[in-house]
Amino acid sequence: MDPECSQLLPALCAVLADPRQPVADDTCLEKLLDWFKTITEAGSSLQLLQENPCLVELLCHVLKPQGLSARVLSFSLRLAGVFAAQESCFQYLQQAELLPGLFGEAGPLGQAAWSAPTVRSGWIQGLRSLAQHPSALPFLADCGTLDTIFSLQGDSSLFVASAAGQLLVHILGLSLQRPAEGPPSPQACDWPVCAQKIVGHIEGSLRSMATPQVTQALNVLTTTFGHCHGPWMQVLWERLSPLVACLLQEDPLPAAHSLVDLLLSVARSPVLSSSDCGLWETLAQTLRRLSPAQAGPLALGILKLQDCPQALRAQAFGVLLQPLACVLTAADQAPGPPGLPEGTTGDSVTVDTLLSSKSACAGLLCQTLAHLELLQPLPQRPSPWPQAPLLGAAVTILRFCNGSAAPASDVGGRLCAILAGCVRVQRAALDFLGALAQETGPQELVTQVSAVLLEYLRSPDSSPTVLKKAFQATLRWLLSSPRAPGCCDLDPDTQLFLRELLPVLRKRLCSPCWEVRDSGLEFLTQVTRHWGGQAGFRHALLASEVPELAEQLLRDPESYVRASAVTAVGQLSSQGLHATAASPEQLGGQKESLLAELLHVLSTDSEGFPRRAAMQVFTEWLRDRHADVAEDTERFVARVLQAASRDLDWEVRAQGLELALVFLAQTLGQPSARCPYAVAAPQATPPGPLAQALRALSRVRLFEFAFRALFDCDRPVAQKSCDLLLFLRAQATPSGGLQEAEGSPDVVPVEAALQRWRAGEQGEPLGDLEPEAVLAVLRSLDLEGLRGALAESSDHVEKSPQSLLQDMLATVGVRGENQADCY
Amino acid sequence: MKLYCLSGHPTLPCNVLKFKSTTIMLDCGLDMTSTLNFLPLPLVQSPRLSNLPGWSLKDGNAFLDKELKECSGHVFVDSVPEFCLPETELIDLSTVDVILISNYHCMMALPYITEHTGFTGTVYATEPTVQIGRLLMEELVNFIERVPKAQSASLWKNKDIQRLLPSPLKDAVEVSTWRRCYTMQEVNSALSKIQLVGYSQKIELFGAVQVTPLSSGYALGSSNWIIQSHYEKVSYVSGSSLLTTHPQHLTAAVDTVHQSLVELPSGLGFWSKLVVVVFLFLFYLIFCRIIGRKRCLLSLPSSSFSQPMDQASLKNSDVLVLTGLTQIPTANPDGMVGEFCSNLALTVRNGGNVLVPCYPSGVIYDLLECLYQYIDSAGLSNIPFYFISPVANSSLEFSQIFAEWLCHNKQTKVYLPEPPFPHAELIQTNKLRHYPSIHGDFSNDFRQPCVVFTGHPSLRFGDVVHFMELWGKSSLNTVIFTEPDFSYLEALAPYQPLAMKCIYCPIDTRLNFIQVSKLLKEVQPLHVVCPEQYTQPPPAQSHRMDLMIDCQPPAMSYRRAEVLALPFKRLFEKIEIMPELADSLVPMEIKPGISLATVSAVLHTKDNKHVLQPPPRPAPPTSGKKRKRASEDIPDCKVLKPLLSGSIPVEQFVQTLEKHGFSDVKVEDTAKGHIVLLQEAETLIQIEEDSTHIICDNDEMLRVRLRDLVLKFLQKF
Repeated sequence: MDPECSQLLPALCAVLADPRQPVADDTCLEKLLDWFKTITEAGSSLQLLQENPCLVELLCHVLKPQGLSARVLSFSLRLAGVFAAQESCFQYLQQAELLPGLFGEAGPLGQAAWSAPTVRSGWIQGLRSLAQHPSALPFLADCGTLDTIFSLQGDSSLFVASAAGQLLVHILGLSLQRPAEGPPSPQACDWPVCAQKIVGHIEGSLRSMATPQVTQALNVLTTTFGHCHGPWMQVLWERLSPLVACLLQEDPLPAAHSLVDLLLSVARSPVLSSSDCGLWETLAQTLRRLSPAQAGPLALGILKLQDCPQALRAQAFGVLLQPLACVLTAADQAPGPPGLPEGTTGDSVTVDTLLSSKSACAGLLCQTLAHLELLQPLPQRPSPWPQAPLLGAAVTILRFCNGSAAPASDVGGRLCAILAGCVRVQRAALDFLGALAQETGPQELVTQVSAVLLEYLRSPDSSPTVLKKAFQATLRWLLSSPRAPGCCDLDPDTQLFLRELLPVLRKRLCSPCWEVRDSGLEFLTQVTRHWGGQAGFRHALLASEVPELAEQLLRDPESYVRASAVTAVGQLSSQGLHATAASPEQLGGQKESLLAELLHVLSTDSEGFPRRAAMQVFTEWLRDRHADVAEDTERFVARVLQAASRDLDWEVRAQGLELALVFLAQTLGQPSARCPYAVAAPQATPPGPLAQALRALSRVRLFEFAFRALFDCDRPVAQKSCDLLLFLRAQATPSGGLQEAEGSPDVVPVEAALQRWRAGEQGEPLGDLEPEAVLAVLRSLDLEGLRGALAESSDHVEKSPQSLLQDMLATVGVRGENQADCY
Repeated sequence: MKLYCLSGHPTLPCNVLKFKSTTIMLDCGLDMTSTLNFLPLPLVQSPRLSNLPGWSLKDGNAFLDKELKECSGHVFVDSVPEFCLPETELIDLSTVDVILISNYHCMMALPYITEHTGFTGTVYATEPTVQIGRLLMEELVNFIERVPKAQSASLWKNKDIQRLLPSPLKDAVEVSTWRRCYTMQEVNSALSKIQLVGYSQKIELFGAVQVTPLSSGYALGSSNWIIQSHYEKVSYVSGSSLLTTHPQHLTAAVDTVHQSLVELPSGLGFWSKLVVVVFLFLFYLIFCRIIGRKRCLLSLPSSSFSQPMDQASLKNSDVLVLTGLTQIPTANPDGMVGEFCSNLALTVRNGGNVLVPCYPSGVIYDLLECLYQYIDSAGLSNIPFYFISPVANSSLEFSQIFAEWLCHNKQTKVYLPEPPFPHAELIQTNKLRHYPSIHGDFSNDFRQPCVVFTGHPSLRFGDVVHFMELWGKSSLNTVIFTEPDFSYLEALAPYQPLAMKCIYCPIDTRLNFIQVSKLLKEVQPLHVVCPEQYTQPPPAQSHRMDLMIDCQPPAMSYRRAEVLALPFKRLFEKIEIMPELADSLVPMEIKPGISLATVSAVLHTKDNKHVLQPPPRPAPPTSGKKRKRASEDIPDCKVLKPLLSGSIPVEQFVQTLEKHGFSDVKVEDTAKGHIVLLQEAETLIQIEEDSTHIICDNDEMLRVRLRDLVLKFLQKF
C-alpha cells in the first residue's frame, strides 16, 4: 500500500466506524473491498493489518452493539473474510478473538442488524472468503456456524439462500479435498467433522421428503457434482444415491426439476460417468417416473452426454419424441406413426398432458420442439435421425394451429381446438421446421412443407412474429433445395414454389403492418444474396413487381422499413436486379437515380437506421466494384464521405471510416502488412504511383474525414480512425522517398487546425491538403499513444485507490456541510 | 318464461320473450339473403341483363320464362327483390308490449312488424341506433324505388312449381312470406314509435320488469339489454365486441403478462413468477415505447368509436340469450384489414380500380380510418376515394356528432378543433369525396384509378351494380368484399363470367368463440340460450371443435319457429307491507335468529305491484245504505286460529298415549315418518314431517282427545 493511502486510511476507518456519518454510496464500499482483495492477493494480509492498526480497530468496532449501518457491517464482515483467507492472518484474528466475535453467536447473528439481508449476505461472503485453508474447518465446525448456514438455505432473500448453498458446497469440497491422503474412506465416521455435519444435513433433508428441504439438498448436491472433481465424489454418490432412489418412489415426486438437474450434473461429472455406480439405472427409472414436461429436459441432457448406454439413449429419445408421436397419431388414422423409433407411441400420460389445458399443451409442444431443435445439429444426436416423421410432425402441428388439418380422431379434434391460433406453438414449430431444412426428406413431405409455409405466408391471420418466422423457415428451405442435376439452375419444384411465393411477398410488402413489410424485405435481401446469380430466380423476380415495391419502400414512413428497403435495394442492384434494369435505354439514368436516392437517404433521413444501412450498401458496392461506383469512384467516395462526416450518428461515421478503408486499400493496393505473419517483407509501393494514390485520397477529402474522426467525441470512431491512419502510415512511409524528393512540406497550418479540432473547434475546415503535409503530420502524431489511450476505459484517469479514499472522505465532508446549510 | 324464435338467422335475430306477464320482442332483424335469388337492378340500362334468356322446364315448358331468367348457369327471379321476414304466425304480434333494439343492423324489419301486425307498443333504442338505422332504411328504400320495376313475380312461389326449380330456388325457405321492400312512409311511421334511451337508463315495463340497455362495444349506440324483475334477471347479448378502446399494444402487454403467468415453468414459485412477469411487463412497455407508435396501425380502430362493452352488468343472470356472434369465426379482423389494405394498394398501383361493396355506416368508418393512416405510407395519396350512397353525406356527418356515444379516446377529440373521425380530414384534403349517386356531380369528378365504396353489399341493387357492370370485364380491377352478411360467391353469380379480381376480406368485429367462452366464464349465467348454429362447428369445418359454444350446463339452442320453455323457476315475489301494518306485527323468536309473526292483511295487486294493507276493521252494525255497501266489500274476518310449529317426538307421544289409557299402541315406520296405530279404537295417527293426520271413524270425541294430545307437543303463536 502506498504511503498516501496509508495516511488516508485511519480517517476513513474512523468515518466508517462512526454511525453518525452514514456512507452514501455503497459502490464505494465495493470498490474499497476490491482494492483490499488486490492488496491481499499481492502480499501478506498479516503485515497489512500490523501496519495499519486502524483496520483491526474497525473490525473490533463492529463487535460493539451499536447502531452501525447495515452496509458498513456487511462490508466489515466481508473485509474480515478477505483478511482471514490467509492462514497467518486467520490465526492472528483468531487470537484477537475477532473471528468468533464476528461470525459466531456473539456477532451480528444475535443483533437486530441480522434482519437486513445485506448483513446476512456479508456474513456468508465473509465466511466464503475465509474458508480457504484447512485450519478454518475446526473454526467452522465449532462455532455453530454450519447450523446457521443450514438455516440460511431457506432464507427469504433468494441471494442469501443461494449463497448459503454455495458456501456449503465450498466447505464440503474444502473438507474432503485431501490430495495427499488418497480417496476418503467410505465410512462416514472417518470424515472431517464439517463434512460429516453437511452430509448428515443433506441426508436428513432428503429423508424429510418435504419439497423445500429436498430442493435445497438437491441444489447443494448439483453444485457439488458440477464443480468438484475429487475422487471423494464417488464415495459421496455411493452413499447418497440410495436416498435419491428413494425419492423416486414418492408420489408426487418432490422437487422434480432439481432432481433432474442433480442427475444430469452427476452424469456429466467425469469422476462418476465413467464408472457405473447404478447411475444409468437411476436415470432410466427417473425417465419413466417423471411427467412428460419434466422428463423433456432430462431426456435432452441424456442425449447430449458423450458416453452413455445405447438403451438409455433410445429411451430418452423415445421420451423426447412422445408428444410429437401423439400429434402424429392424432392426425393420422394409421395405428402407429411411421418412421419413429421402435416403441415411440403416444402414451396416455402424454396425451392427457396435451389435452389438459391450452397452456400445458403449448408448453409441452414448445419445449419438445425447442429440445429437438437443439439436438438436431449435435454430432451425438441419435442416429438414424427420424427426419421424415419429424417433418411430418412439424407440418401437422402447423396445420393444427391454423385449423387446416382434418383430425382423424377425438384426440385430434381436441388438439385442433386447443392449438387453433396458438401463436407460441406456431413460432416454435416454424423455427423447428427451419432447422430441419439442413437435411432433406421424402419429396412428398417436402411438398407438404412448401405448402404449409405458403399457407402461413398467405394467411391474413398470421401474426407479424409468426410471419417473420415463416419467412425465415422458407428461406432455409429454399436455400437447402437441391439443384437440378447437370445444370446450375434451380430445380423445377423450387421454381414452381417461387412462382407462388413471389406474389405473396408482393402482397406482404404492401401490408399496413410495418413489421410485416420489414420481414418481407429482409427475406428479399437474403434470398437475393444467395440466388442473385440463378437465372430462374432472376427471371421470376424481374417478372414480379417485387423490385419496384422494394424501391417504393425507400420512402416508407417507418424507419426500420426504410433501412431494410435500403439494404434490399442495394442487394438487388448489386446483382443487377434493380427495378428498372430491364429497359436498356433508361439504364444509365435510372441507376444514377438509385445512387442519388440512397445518397439522399444518407444525407436527409431523420432516423439513424436507414442512414447506417445506406452506408453499408455503399461500402459493399465499393468493395464489389459495383458498376455505378466504378464509373466514377472518386466522386462517389467524396460524396459519401462528405455526407457521413456531417452525420450525428456515430455508427454512420464509423461506417464511413470502413468505406474509407476499403477505398484506401483499393487505391494503395491490398496491404500485405495487414497480415503480420506474412513471409514477405512489406511491399514497397513505388513512389510515383504512391504520390498519385495520395493525391486521389486528398481529392476525395479522405484525410480531412479521417483526421476529424480522430478527435471524434465517440471513442469507437476515434479508434477506427486511428487504425486507418496507422495503416495509411504503414503503407505510405516504407517507400521513404516521398518527402525527400518534394522537400519539407508546410505542416504548420495542418497541425494548427488539428490542435483546434482537438480543442473541440470542429467547425473549421482543413483546407486543401498536400499529401506530403499529411504524411509529415502522420509521422509527427503519436498515433500508437493515442490508440493506447483510446483503448483504456473512460475512467482510467480517475481510477486509483487514493482517489477512491479521497472521494469517500470528501463525500462525508460534503454531507456535513449540507447538514450545516440546512440549519 | 318462454322464448319464441321468429328468425333463424343468428346475427339478424328476432325473438319474443314472455316474462312476468310482459311480452318483449328482442330485435327485429331482416334476413336479406333472399335477395340473392333475384337479378340485379341496374341503375343504367344493361343490355346484358335485359337480354338474358328466360328459363324453361326440362320438358320445354316455358310458362315461367317471364319470371325466371338464366344467367351463366344460374336461374334468377326477374322481379323486385324481396326479403324474408321474421315468423309472423308463431305468436300474435299485436300482443307484443315492447321491442328492444340492440343495433342498427337488427332493426331493418321494424316497419313490417310495427305497421302490419297490429302492434301497439313502444320500441326502445338508442339515438345513434335510430339515426343510423334510419339511414340504412332510407338507402334501402331509395336503392329499390329509384329503379322501378313493373314486374312482380309470384308464380314461381307456388309450392308445386317451386319443387321443379333448380337449386338454390328449389331450397329457398318460406318463400310465401317474402315481401317487397317497405316504403319511406312506413319507415317514418315505424321510427315514430321509437322511444330513445341512454345506456344504463332503467325503463319500467308495467311495474313488472325493468329493462336496461348496456353498451355492447360493437357499433355506435349498440347495446345489450338486461331484463330483470326483483328476483330474476335475463340478459340479452346481441352483436357485441371486445376490441377495446385501449391502444392495441397495451392490451397485448397485458395478454403477454397473462400468458407468461400461465406458461411459466411450473417449477418456479409464485414470487419468482411474479418477478419475471413484472420484468416482462416493464420490458414490454419499454419495448413498445422504443418501437413506437406505428404498432397500432394494423389494429382495427373499430368499435373503437363505440363505448367499450359493459360486461360487469351481465353478471348473475339466470338466463343469457346470446346472439350476434361473428359470422366468420376463423378470420381475425386485424388480419383482414391488413389484407384489405395490401390488395387495395396492389390493384391501384397496377392502374386498376377497387370496388368495395358496403353499407353506408359501420365497417366503412374502420376502413376509412385504416386507410387514412395507410395511404401515405403506401404512396397512394393521389388516388381518389369515392363514397357513393344516397345517405353518404348524413352518415359521415352523423358519426362526428354523437359525442357521448363514442369511446373516451374519440370523445376527447370532440372538444378539440379536430373532428373525432379522420374521414373529415380526408374530405377536407379532397382525398375522400362523397356523392348521393353516380348521376350528377360524380360523373364530372370521376377519374381512374380510384377506390369506390358503395352499396348494396348483396350486389343486387344500388350503385354497386353499375360499377360491377363497368369494371367487371378488366382483370386490373378488384372487388373487395368486407361485409360478412352475404356469401360473396352467391353475390357474384349473376355477374359471371367475371374478369375482375375478387378478394374476400370479411371484417366482423363481433365476439368470436374464444371471447365468448371468456365472457361466459366471467359473467357465469345459470343458463345460456343461443341459435342452434352456435352449438356445433360450422358445417364447412366440422373438425373445428373450438368454433362452438362450450359451457356448462350446455347451451340451449333454438331454431326458427321454435318455442323454448326456459328452465327457470320463479320462486319469489316481492310484496310491500304498509308501515302501519308492519307496526302491528309482533315477531316471536322460534329458533335463535328466526322470528315469525302472523300477518292478517289484504293483498292489493295493481300494475304488477303487490302491497299488503291492514285489514279493515270489523264493520260496526249496519245502519243505512252507505254502511251496508261498505260491509259488502269487506272480506269475512274469522277468528284467527293459532299457528303451530315444532315436531312430535314419537316415543314421548306413545308414552303420553299410554298414560292416557291407550294400551295397544303400535308404531310403524314409513318413508315419510311414522304411523301410530290404536288397534282397539281402529284409529290411525299419521305423523309426517310437515303434517299430522288423525284418522278415526266418526268418533269426534276421540279425535279431539287425540288432537289435544298432539297439540301438547307443539308450540302455538
